[in-house]
Amino acid sequence: MRKHWEILVVDDEAVMRESLAAWLAEDGYSVDTAASGAEAVARARATDYAIYFVDLKMPPGIDGLEAMMEIRKLHPDAAVIIMTAYATVDTAITAMKEGALEYIVKPCNPEEISLLVARTIKVKNLERENLILRQRLEKQYSFHDIISKNPKMNEIFELIREIASIKSTVLIEGESGTGKELVARAIHFSGDRAGHPFVAVSCAALAETLLESELFGHEKGAFTGANERKRGKFELAEGGTLFLDEIGDIPPKLQVDLLRVLQERTFFRVGGTEEVSVDVRVIAATRVNLREEVAAGRFRDDLYYRLNVINVHIPPVRERREDIPLLAHAFVERLSKELGKDVGEISDGALKMLMDHEWPGNVRELENAVERAIVTAKTHVLSEDDFSFLRGAPPAPGGWLPPDAVPLDEVEKQVILATLRRTGGNVKEAADSLGVDRSTLYDRLKRYGVTR
Amino acid sequence: MGYLALAPAGVVEPEAIGFASARVAAALRLETVLLKPFPDPEYAYDPGRGQYSSTLVLRDALSRRPAGALRLLVVTEHDIFIPMLSFVYGQAQLEGPVAVMSLARLRQEFYGLPSNKPLFMGRVGKEALHELGHTFGLTHCDEPVCAMRLSTAISQLDAKGGDYCPSCAILLREAVAAALATAGGAQTSGGTR
Repeated sequence: MRKHWEILVVDDEAVMRESLAAWLAEDGYSVDTAASGAEAVARARATDYAIYFVDLKMPPGIDGLEAMMEIRKLHPDAAVIIMTAYATVDTAITAMKEGALEYIVKPCNPEEISLLVARTIKVKNLERENLILRQRLEKQYSFHDIISKNPKMNEIFELIREIASIKSTVLIEGESGTGKELVARAIHFSGDRAGHPFVAVSCAALAETLLESELFGHEKGAFTGANERKRGKFELAEGGTLFLDEIGDIPPKLQVDLLRVLQERTFFRVGGTEEVSVDVRVIAATRVNLREEVAAGRFRDDLYYRLNVINVHIPPVRERREDIPLLAHAFVERLSKELGKDVGEISDGALKMLMDHEWPGNVRELENAVERAIVTAKTHVLSEDDFSFLRGAPPAPGGWLPPDAVPLDEVEKQVILATLRRTGGNVKEAADSLGVDRSTLYDRLKRYGVTR
Repeated sequence: MGYLALAPAGVVEPEAIGFASARVAAALRLETVLLKPFPDPEYAYDPGRGQYSSTLVLRDALSRRPAGALRLLVVTEHDIFIPMLSFVYGQAQLEGPVAVMSLARLRQEFYGLPSNKPLFMGRVGKEALHELGHTFGLTHCDEPVCAMRLSTAISQLDAKGGDYCPSCAILLREAVAAALATAGGAQTSGGTR
């Protein structure tokens, strides 16, 4: 029976190369040959072979070990069998250290090599089966890159399908890192606007005047530096979707402008007199409770109701812990490839550790943790040790001890700066975290001479 | 046109090659022709190993194959090898015109045991079918009884059956028919000439 696995035989000696290839072909494998290390690497670049038989000694250029190392850079899971006629303990140890699957001395018993090939292919078959099953599982629990088997998330997937092709405004609520933009993209790409642009703007990132120009564009000469007419995000999203992230951070004047666009689907560019008409679906997102912002008078109620036509609330990771293994495995599979690391598994102990963690930064924090673990991992399997950074520093005995001779003001300044760093410069979030209102925090920043 | 050729390389026990010829004629339903002996393959001798390179014997066989022979099976008494392996019972070109088999390790005497002619002849038949099966494109079969099952030890050769399994037999019949059509020859009944 023909087998779908491909094998590469690398040897500079033609008889050796051809005869082993012929012997393996009799077993049903597709066998390619290479007469040098360089040719082997070139072939490996084009094809990921199931097994590489590589002769240790080859003429000047790339020898067997170097070829193996190059091949393993291309395919970290490559099963390389080093062959040699001159066995020494040192070379065998070096070969195995560098990742050879096996080290065999020519000539070897046919039974030995037959078992070795069968064993390797069996592992390859299991790996492939495992991958297919995992992909199938992920596909089953995946919707436009959002992975979940949580009932609330499944309701969101269903809602996304229902609302994808209607024009109503959507308000997505969820903590930082829960994947609000992914949900917005899923809505856009599931509907009939998928062929048009999806344009994302973070309202927290820009000052008021810049945000206004960013959203609505400006005319030439509208302000200093406006040397030419610029189209805003609303115009760029024509026919598609405009995603307004951190909508709770937009200043009062822009709230009015935005309300007008949502009501009339028209606006003026900054410094312009010509009314611009657009066909854009708006999806807004917020990590703060907008209803509370309305109650506190910081967000216009008419804009809130205009935005909140359809509401999507994404639960935090701690409320869908069953998704943690799925998410972690998906991140390992993607990130290990991106980072070029031979990491493919997570130990049961490490998974339990991930399940027990609170994940205040949600999916994004989990992804960052997996990435950090992969970067520092020494083996194919991520262990509890690889996630030791999640345990945090143990509390100092006797509680927190302040440094010597530090004025109280300096302590307050440093705490404020550290909180702002953690919130990425977001004053509202930092103020909430510190238990003061925004104006108090602005006062302190001014007092300590901190500019944003 | 459309026959199988068998040739001894050097001196080979006539009864053994005759039996191989009869077995393949019956199993493949093709006429077989026993060629005059090829020279002893001294050119393939490796003094370091004390064995003969099957790859070199195959190369020589390619140049000696009669134009009308669908396939050529060379039989030698010498122990043969490929560089990677300590020995092989035979070697074939997958979907190619030639194959070689050795009688050396099929004899009980090789293992220091008394001669056993029926056992020896059984092994000869299995190995001839196996190598010719490869030349018609058959690869190793997982069926325990099939002649196309891989044998890497004499016990495995003895354990398998002396004929093709039903699946391999069908594939072989189709491959033989295709080879005959390509050669433009007609299928004939078994026998030797």
